[in-house]
Amino acid sequence: MKYEPVIGLEIHAELLTNSKMFCGCSADHASASEPNVNICPTCAGLPGALPVANKKAVELAALVGLALNCSINKRSAFARKNYYYPDLPKGYQISQFDFPIAEKGWLEVNADEKNQLKVRVRRAHIEEDTAKLTHEKNYALVDFNRSGVPLLEIVSEPDMRTVEAALDYATKIRAILRYLGVNSGDMEKGVLRFEANISVRPVDSDELRKRTEIKNLNSFRALVRASQYEIERQIKIYESGGTVEQETLGWDDARGVTISQRSKEDAHDYRYFPEPDLPPLNLSDEWIQSIREQLPELPEAKTARFMADFALTPSEARLLTSELSLANYFEEAVRHAKSSPKTVSAWIAGEFMRNLNERNAQPVAVPAESLAQIVDMVADKVIGASAGKTVLTELFERGGDPAQIVKEKGLAQISDEGFIQEIVAKILDDNPSEIEKYHAGKETLLQWFVGQAARATKGKADPVLTKELTLKGLEERRK
Amino acid sequence: MELTNLTVREAHELLKIKKISSVELTQATLNRIRDTDSKIKSYITVTDELALQQARRADERLAKGENITPLTGVPYSLKDSLSTRSVRTTCASKILEDYVPQYNATVVDKLNDAGAVLLGKTNMDEFGMGSSCENSAFFNTHNPWNLNHVAGGSSGGAAAAVAAGMGAFSIGEDTGGSVRMPAAFCGVTGLKPTYGRVSRYGVISLASSFDCVGPLARNAYDCALVLEAIAGHDSHDSTTYQEKVPQYAANLNKSIEKMRIGIPKEYFVAGMDAGVESALQEAIRQLEKLGAEIREVSLPHTQYGLPVYYLLQVAEASSNLARFDGMRFGMSVSKNAQDSLDIYLQTRRDGFGDEVKRRIMLGAYALSAGYYDAYYLKAQKTRTLLRRDFETAFASCDILLAPTSPMPAFKLGEKINDPLAMYLSDVCTVSTNPAGVPALTVPCGFSNNLPVGMQLIGKHLDEQTLFQVAHAYQQETDWHERLPSL
Repeated sequence: MKYEPVIGLEIHAELLTNSKMFCGCSADHASASEPNVNICPTCAGLPGALPVANKKAVELAALVGLALNCSINKRSAFARKNYYYPDLPKGYQISQFDFPIAEKGWLEVNADEKNQLKVRVRRAHIEEDTAKLTHEKNYALVDFNRSGVPLLEIVSEPDMRTVEAALDYATKIRAILRYLGVNSGDMEKGVLRFEANISVRPVDSDELRKRTEIKNLNSFRALVRASQYEIERQIKIYESGGTVEQETLGWDDARGVTISQRSKEDAHDYRYFPEPDLPPLNLSDEWIQSIREQLPELPEAKTARFMADFALTPSEARLLTSELSLANYFEEAVRHAKSSPKTVSAWIAGEFMRNLNERNAQPVAVPAESLAQIVDMVADKVIGASAGKTVLTELFERGGDPAQIVKEKGLAQISDEGFIQEIVAKILDDNPSEIEKYHAGKETLLQWFVGQAARATKGKADPVLTKELTLKGLEERRK
Repeated sequence: MELTNLTVREAHELLKIKKISSVELTQATLNRIRDTDSKIKSYITVTDELALQQARRADERLAKGENITPLTGVPYSLKDSLSTRSVRTTCASKILEDYVPQYNATVVDKLNDAGAVLLGKTNMDEFGMGSSCENSAFFNTHNPWNLNHVAGGSSGGAAAAVAAGMGAFSIGEDTGGSVRMPAAFCGVTGLKPTYGRVSRYGVISLASSFDCVGPLARNAYDCALVLEAIAGHDSHDSTTYQEKVPQYAANLNKSIEKMRIGIPKEYFVAGMDAGVESALQEAIRQLEKLGAEIREVSLPHTQYGLPVYYLLQVAEASSNLARFDGMRFGMSVSKNAQDSLDIYLQTRRDGFGDEVKRRIMLGAYALSAGYYDAYYLKAQKTRTLLRRDFETAFASCDILLAPTSPMPAFKLGEKINDPLAMYLSDVCTVSTNPAGVPALTVPCGFSNNLPVGMQLIGKHLDEQTLFQVAHAYQQETDWHERLPSL
């Protein structure tokens, strides 16, 4: 029997606010100088301390909700999720339960190479992060710097049928969060975490079988590997006549296996109830509208616009819109360049991205205007393509003015036909045996002759003209 | 002149004209505590040195004539559920026996700013769970009018301290009657303000949606002065009102003529103590003489007050008390612990008293999956009915008048082994907390030589009318001036 997976994702995203969700402490736990410095009675759960909701976090949560096509609830409420763990100082987490801030959205993703899929977003709700535990041999250390950092939990419906779709969904959510400026997307710092709910069923069936939940997936790679492993594990169980138990799993990245953490019998009863320390959030239509007006152009819309306005292919446009900073950089370079957007795009996708990745640099490292100059100089044959690459590398390394660099390094392209003709003639005259082989049918030698000419001019000779003249010379020498 | 029997207002007048100093007044009160509290047991912690230090600072303020408030230099006590920086705060629980907070409750900061002088922290039922102060993990507080009787609870230490001259006023906390009931039992005036009128920040929570911090003092005028100092919006407490705090005390001399006072018939229950009933009837006649219009009203859902209160209160408490886990502060029993669960279980087993454990279990049960709708949700709906009862009643009257308790202080040990009987003693006070309305108790007579309290219940944020009626009454009566012989 053939099986298909049914996948739903929960994404926990820290919201980029200055202060924590319910107190005034800095939310920047990643840059804290040492453990337990950004803490106060509220986020350390001292007796008598009370929460006060962070307005900015509510705004950011609503912004994400709107970006995911959710409806924003005019009345949402906080609730207590009660359980004991040393990283949870109050013995309950303040979250949202019956009344999340956002519900019923959707996001279009690539189901596979050909098909698009509308994944429904069930809800997005605000909650507070827990403290960070470091387990030592006989004890554990607790760092409350992270305790109370605002989180948005985005829950999808189990609409994905392939790991590719789940990956694309996660990737798109991350891009949207970064576009909105609400999350750095820095997965190594744990600001974005995934949980995958997975079940499998016979293809063409519409039943929903028992699912398992894989917690704390901290990278796209972990998401993909854990999901694939879990799908195969469940299929094997069914194929051998067994049944899958509903349970919570962890992912052991080193061993590449999922591990049971909690069975259904041990499932917590969180005893949710409305948080009496916080009044409900009443959001007016005007307020929601004002948040909607803050929505920037999102990756999908930008991709469509780039394709339409700049005649780019879908993959070209998607690459450029994968990061807002890159998309903005592209548009700025296009404004400065005389060359076509497609040419600018090709430069960014190739040489520019290579430099970014190699140097782990940001686009702003080289002014967009300078990149535009390089692209135009190459297009105008002022310099050759390889000289263009040299100039770009120079800009990344030392900065400066492209024209000045061309002058200083003597990179200007030679387009003087007489001069190139002389060089080509000399090379042909010096290599009669190669000419013979060429005439005998080994036409690949053409490129070798062109290469010799390029070497003789240190790459400055116009390559098109050089090739043309070489071909002409070779034909003239046919007997 | 007996310094320890001065009202806040009298003390302020004498301090202002420098007839007495705050150090003198504070020292006299500390002496009184030293000499008397071994019998009453109202204080858990006495902060002698801090008190004298604060008194000296108050005297400097008074000498300079700058920044003087009606509380500057006036000694007071705090219920031990209010956090005090560097002063042990126990909530009368073993689990917090050695807990020293790092921060002050907002109310404490406000009283410090006003220049009041803290004498110490008063006894209570553990975490506010009780009606007699017998659930303190440390000792019982005795009623100053009869040492064999309870002081009431949970703010029993606060009420007994004021009654016995051990502080001009006290700050208590009322979740279901915890200020009013002991105030009535001990013959002092006590206010449960409107929910959200006074900040709860730093007050160790019993039930977050009920807890109200309020003053106990020798008369309504003093309560008005104290409320002015402690009320107001707090950026640390989202449940506080933004509304400006009125100048209550300055507006007390208005006549109560034509004041419509409703008598809710449901509060005059069968089995009510005869002495309490006659004291109440006499008080009603007195108010009528002052021109008030008395009318009977109905609060039809009163019978559900107790169950609603005891269900929601335990539910919230079960969650509020989860933070006492032996991990960060307070008692931690980790001996032979294999994991964190062992620490939780051992710490909470040894740290909490029986009543606390009982309520945590009841509360956790009421919130569990499968029971939530039948208990918690139903109670919340009924809470709305209780609130509406008051709204309806206030459509036809300005305040309500009822007994604070259907009987005077009972004997120590009389109810401690019968939790239900203990819960029933809150019957006249519990309904106001779910409704959030303010209520003031005023001494109005005696039954078997024990004080009787009259409860005045007001509209949301209308403490002013309560003070006005109580003040008018206290101008004509002297019940509040009677002193126990100790």
